[in-house]
Amino acid sequence: MNEAVPAGGFWLGARQRLSANPRALVALAVLVLLALLALCAPLLSPWSYDGIDWQHLARPPGLTAAHWLGTDRLGRDLLVRTLAGVRLSLLISALATALSLVIGLLWGAVAGFCGGRLDGWMMRFVDVLYALPYLFVVIILTTLFPRGRITVLLVALGAVGWLTTARMVRAQTRALRRREFIEAARAGGLSPGAILLRHVLPNVLGPVAVYATLIVPQMILSESFLSFLGLGVQEPHASLGNLIYGGTQEMESAPWMLLVPALFLVVLLTCLNLLGDALRDALDPRER
Amino acid sequence: MPSIHASAEGEGAQAPLLSLAGLSVGFDTRRGRVMAAAGITLGVHRGECLGVLGESGAGKTQVFLAVMGLLGPGGFATGSVRFAGQELLGQGAAALDRLRGAAIGMVFQDPMTSLTPHLPVGAQLVEVLRRHHAIDRREARARALALLTRVQLSDPARRFGQCPHELSGGMRQRVMIALALSGEPRLLIADEPTSSLDVTVQAQILALLKDLQRERGMAMVFISHDLGALAGVADRVAVLRAGSLIECGTATAVLKAPRELYTRSLVRQAALLAGGLPPQGVAGLTPPAHAGAALALEAVSVRFVVRRGALARALPLIALHEASFALAAGGSLGIVGESGGGKSTLARAALRLIEPCAGRVLWMGHDALALAPQELRRRRRDLQIIFQDPYGSLDPRMTVAEIVAEPLRVHAAGLDSLARRQAVHALLARLGLPGELAARYPHELSGGQCQRVALARAMILEPRVLVCDEPLSALDLPTQEQIVSLLVQLRQESGLGLLFISHNLALVQRLCERVLVLYLGRMMELAPSARLFAAARHPYSRELLAAIPSPDPQLQPQRLAHVALGEPPSPLTPPRGCVYHPRCPHAQALCRERVPAWEPAGEGVEVACHRWRELA
Repeated sequence: MNEAVPAGGFWLGARQRLSANPRALVALAVLVLLALLALCAPLLSPWSYDGIDWQHLARPPGLTAAHWLGTDRLGRDLLVRTLAGVRLSLLISALATALSLVIGLLWGAVAGFCGGRLDGWMMRFVDVLYALPYLFVVIILTTLFPRGRITVLLVALGAVGWLTTARMVRAQTRALRRREFIEAARAGGLSPGAILLRHVLPNVLGPVAVYATLIVPQMILSESFLSFLGLGVQEPHASLGNLIYGGTQEMESAPWMLLVPALFLVVLLTCLNLLGDALRDALDPRER
Repeated sequence: MPSIHASAEGEGAQAPLLSLAGLSVGFDTRRGRVMAAAGITLGVHRGECLGVLGESGAGKTQVFLAVMGLLGPGGFATGSVRFAGQELLGQGAAALDRLRGAAIGMVFQDPMTSLTPHLPVGAQLVEVLRRHHAIDRREARARALALLTRVQLSDPARRFGQCPHELSGGMRQRVMIALALSGEPRLLIADEPTSSLDVTVQAQILALLKDLQRERGMAMVFISHDLGALAGVADRVAVLRAGSLIECGTATAVLKAPRELYTRSLVRQAALLAGGLPPQGVAGLTPPAHAGAALALEAVSVRFVVRRGALARALPLIALHEASFALAAGGSLGIVGESGGGKSTLARAALRLIEPCAGRVLWMGHDALALAPQELRRRRRDLQIIFQDPYGSLDPRMTVAEIVAEPLRVHAAGLDSLARRQAVHALLARLGLPGELAARYPHELSGGQCQRVALARAMILEPRVLVCDEPLSALDLPTQEQIVSLLVQLRQESGLGLLFISHNLALVQRLCERVLVLYLGRMMELAPSARLFAAARHPYSRELLAAIPSPDPQLQPQRLAHVALGEPPSPLTPPRGCVYHPRCPHAQALCRERVPAWEPAGEGVEVACHRWRELA
């Protein structure tokens, strides 16, 4: 019957509710603008993220200057470096979020739906991973593998992120399992796999989608934190984290080196959080 | 509506305690202004009980929330509300606070959400008492205990220290009443106080409220959609429909000789549902003699393991104990009993949605418990189920068409999408659902429509047995009536076997040839409905029958005066011997020691009672 039904009546309603929220629209516009700028920066600016301008070392920002947002101690354009950082941060956080969602969704749904002993073991495993200090895990990973490898960073972030997703999905699934439409589906002769795919997953997807928009900023923050500590992205590549770290070194003599990437980070996180909140409201049709 | 004004205000020279004049209530929402009620003019005199009758959405709750100044966000009220000569509308929060509780008490439908979950009920009562009266803690405690005793809470000293979740629904409602009484109000507003309770407990609470009202000379406003409940307590009745007052008069006048067409239809439906009529559609439907059992249970038991306490001690909970019955093809069996009696467990065990721990379940003669998973799923098409919660039983992310078509995808995989769509639309039309509903989502439907969709999903495979687990208790009276007719019609058309679970005996009488009475998971009595309603053998069956509310305002108060007390004990600790003996008025020493045998009592009746011969 899928063909006969205007696809996504539910999603259509959600989109309408979302577009009725001015804050969400502004946040979305700013995010899209930032992402576009980050993607096109190399095309728009004469400078590259690792190109050194010997004439302008550690210049402050100025609209008439050659570098709008100034340069760092090595004479690299801060605007370009920051946009490159935004791009890398967004990329890493999106991939890490996707990774953690896929693992968490499958793990949590299976545990919650099967229940019993399997559920017990799967969730104890999650508890054990939770108990490991995550910085410790990341440090081990980065010492085992060559530093600065982005895949290592991804694995480190994803490995930690899926735990919360799994717990949330499991709780949602357990609540769903007692709902009568699941019983009706069983009485209708659906196999457990079909029930999981047709009834359980679509119903946990809403909360998970919302959660995803809220963990993207968390991932950006973690990435920045790791890079700040020198465990993440390494020079000459730029990420918001290592830019901010670099900025703190020059904080007293050249504050813009800290302020510029910090400002971008704040704007990015604020927009993502606003969007996440708006999405949560939009996806729950019972909220008015 | 001059006649209404006259009957509301013209009684006696004395001014009413509470009078509403031209009261309108509405809400400002994003989509503009929505009116909940308009131009309500009513009076409640000292010491009288005004019943307010109306379907859900008629605005009855909003009107009295407005009286109390408790309207939700965006709510506004215009007109006049005078209590003891004082205007209430436009009063500040502080003045209303003094009035609420002290002069006007309120009891809501759901006592669980009206009580603070983490505080012992005694402490909550003490707190309120000390707020209303200048008394010390010890005095407040004594008064709280006296109040709990007065509302007939069993074992009040122990309940005093218990939290709301440890009490049953009926006990919580008693605590709510005690709380509402603690300020010694002159007016008590009870909003559907018994709608979420079992019939037996409902009758107890109604009797209690009526008693308290008389004893204290309180005025009472009793809001309900249930004519049977109103008839027992109300002196006068006001009928609300779609936000306006359409009829108001003495209970006898309104319920015996209603003037308005709408009220008349409500009264007729209530009479139907209270079982004033012979069973409908059952007579012509004697199942063919040669037909085997479509569904049979043989000594089926279901046990759950409940974990309690800090050490998570596993306690066995026997939800169903050795239930046996056979449902002939095309036959109908009603299952009745209070909540916690194992009715839903029985339904789910019969469909193997729960695994029984002992016994046999036979579907068309095949042992369902021995079937391999694939074979089991294939055979499920013969037995379908509809549930109590109309919204909960439909997947909120699927359209009506997808929901109804789903069983076809499983069991008739050969069907192409066009044939499926045609089948779905034909069935929806047959069940009285307009075709444009097919593209809607469950939250866009009314409760009655949802229940029809659930029925359509169950019927699309043309099953031989339909299990209905309290399918009507969440619906309005007219909607209930429609669904009942629909079930009768389906049975007549397709020879559908029906396993109908309900706590409403009158409904069961109308729909089923035989009735099984369950108490604490044990079978008490199995009898042809006509026999059960004419002469029930088991004392528990008699108690259930006595608790059916009658919409007759002359009969019902007398019936309430003879309500038996007591609620089912916890199924974790079932009583020894006959499980019913603690509540049974006829219990003897033997009943406390030995479990009664399940024995035939003539005329197709089977019963588990030591004393049925003497009591007959």
